[in-house]
Amino acid sequence: MTDPKIPVTEDELHAYVDNELPAERRGDVEAWLTAHPDDGERVQSWRTMAEMLHARYDSVLDEAVPKRLEIEQLVQRPRRWLYGAAAAALVAFAAGGSAGWIAHGQASTPSAIQTLTLEAMDAHKLYVVEVRHPVEVPGSERAHLQQWLTKRCGWIVRAPELDGSGLKLIGGRLLPGPNGPASFMMYEGPSGERFTFYAAKAKVDTAQMRFTTAENSGAVFWSDDGVGYVVSGPADKERLKQVARLIYDQMDKKSG
Amino acid sequence: MLDEARERFLKFGPLSMTAFRQSVEAMIPALRRYARALARDADIADDLVQDTLVRALRSEKLFLGGDVRSWLYTILTNLNKNRRRSLARRPQFMPLLDNNPDASGTEAEGRDIARALSTLVEEQRAVLLLVMLEGLSYREVADIQGVPIGTVMSRLARARAHVKASLEGERAALRRVK
Repeated sequence: MTDPKIPVTEDELHAYVDNELPAERRGDVEAWLTAHPDDGERVQSWRTMAEMLHARYDSVLDEAVPKRLEIEQLVQRPRRWLYGAAAAALVAFAAGGSAGWIAHGQASTPSAIQTLTLEAMDAHKLYVVEVRHPVEVPGSERAHLQQWLTKRCGWIVRAPELDGSGLKLIGGRLLPGPNGPASFMMYEGPSGERFTFYAAKAKVDTAQMRFTTAENSGAVFWSDDGVGYVVSGPADKERLKQVARLIYDQMDKKSG
Repeated sequence: MLDEARERFLKFGPLSMTAFRQSVEAMIPALRRYARALARDADIADDLVQDTLVRALRSEKLFLGGDVRSWLYTILTNLNKNRRRSLARRPQFMPLLDNNPDASGTEAEGRDIARALSTLVEEQRAVLLLVMLEGLSYREVADIQGVPIGTVMSRLARARAHVKASLEGERAALRRVK
């Protein structure tokens, strides 16, 4: 038996309500509450609070569990969008069309990769339709463009040479990215198809390339040394893969 | 996550895959309730639950005995913390009109408690919900949040005081209007 003369503490009042109090002390607390109506009222208000919480949220327990939360579904799922191994990654494009990882996580907690890729694809969609003002600095001023973006972005920005793939540099612009500035460059093919190359700081510790499609565009993502890169273009996986490989190889040579 | 799994394995020994999946499955309704109160948006809440389950199932091969329930709450709590961190820089949208003083009884009360919860800082909301709604012990909550029991208790006390004041403030405000 504890000494009933020892005053009841705030912690003990909480512990009492939450059934965390040693049994031998409960009687003391109850006596205390009778003698101290203010504390009694507080304890009662906490009980009411718990009832309100249950009244508000317990109905969730009776709801049918949505299909996407069924264990069977989830056991099949994750492998599809977690793909491939590092450097050989170029070949490791996620199969299965548009039901890629972006579709999976869009509404939920977007990863750094998802956020960056979505930003890049948004920029792609916004600017490729521009006829008169697709870029801020034209491709004819390549050296200036590279210098300017390098200065603003804080990593070395190079406009890749994609002539071998039939793509001509239209130019580039500076954009707000998820973690600071982003560089954005646009290329055009012989039949007017446009590709964009987006780069922004990204805390992603994987070098593996990933492919995704949304609506009529596709994108390839990879990262290197704290910068995430996204090549967006028409939803032709082979063509995108080819362009991404060209860019990747050029960057590899420069850094290596 | 893997280290945690290994540690649990060493401590509790293996659990069969079926038993593991069953114990995860049994927790889905409670996880949804907790997530709903934590995130306040049904879709976001289910996304959190889905991510929690995916993570849990990914680690099942190692497995992982022991208290699946606490472990799932831990994953969900952490995922929500990360989510809020990534949301911190995005614009937040608030409903223009979510205050309807004419609403009656339980409905209005439900809104009141939800709104009071929304004014709590993240750690306090998690503690309050884990103890009061999910019925976890102080010890379990301390493990989930990775803090000493004393911290759990002070978070709980502050959360209760805050919610109480918030509920009373609203009632007072309504009375003034009427």
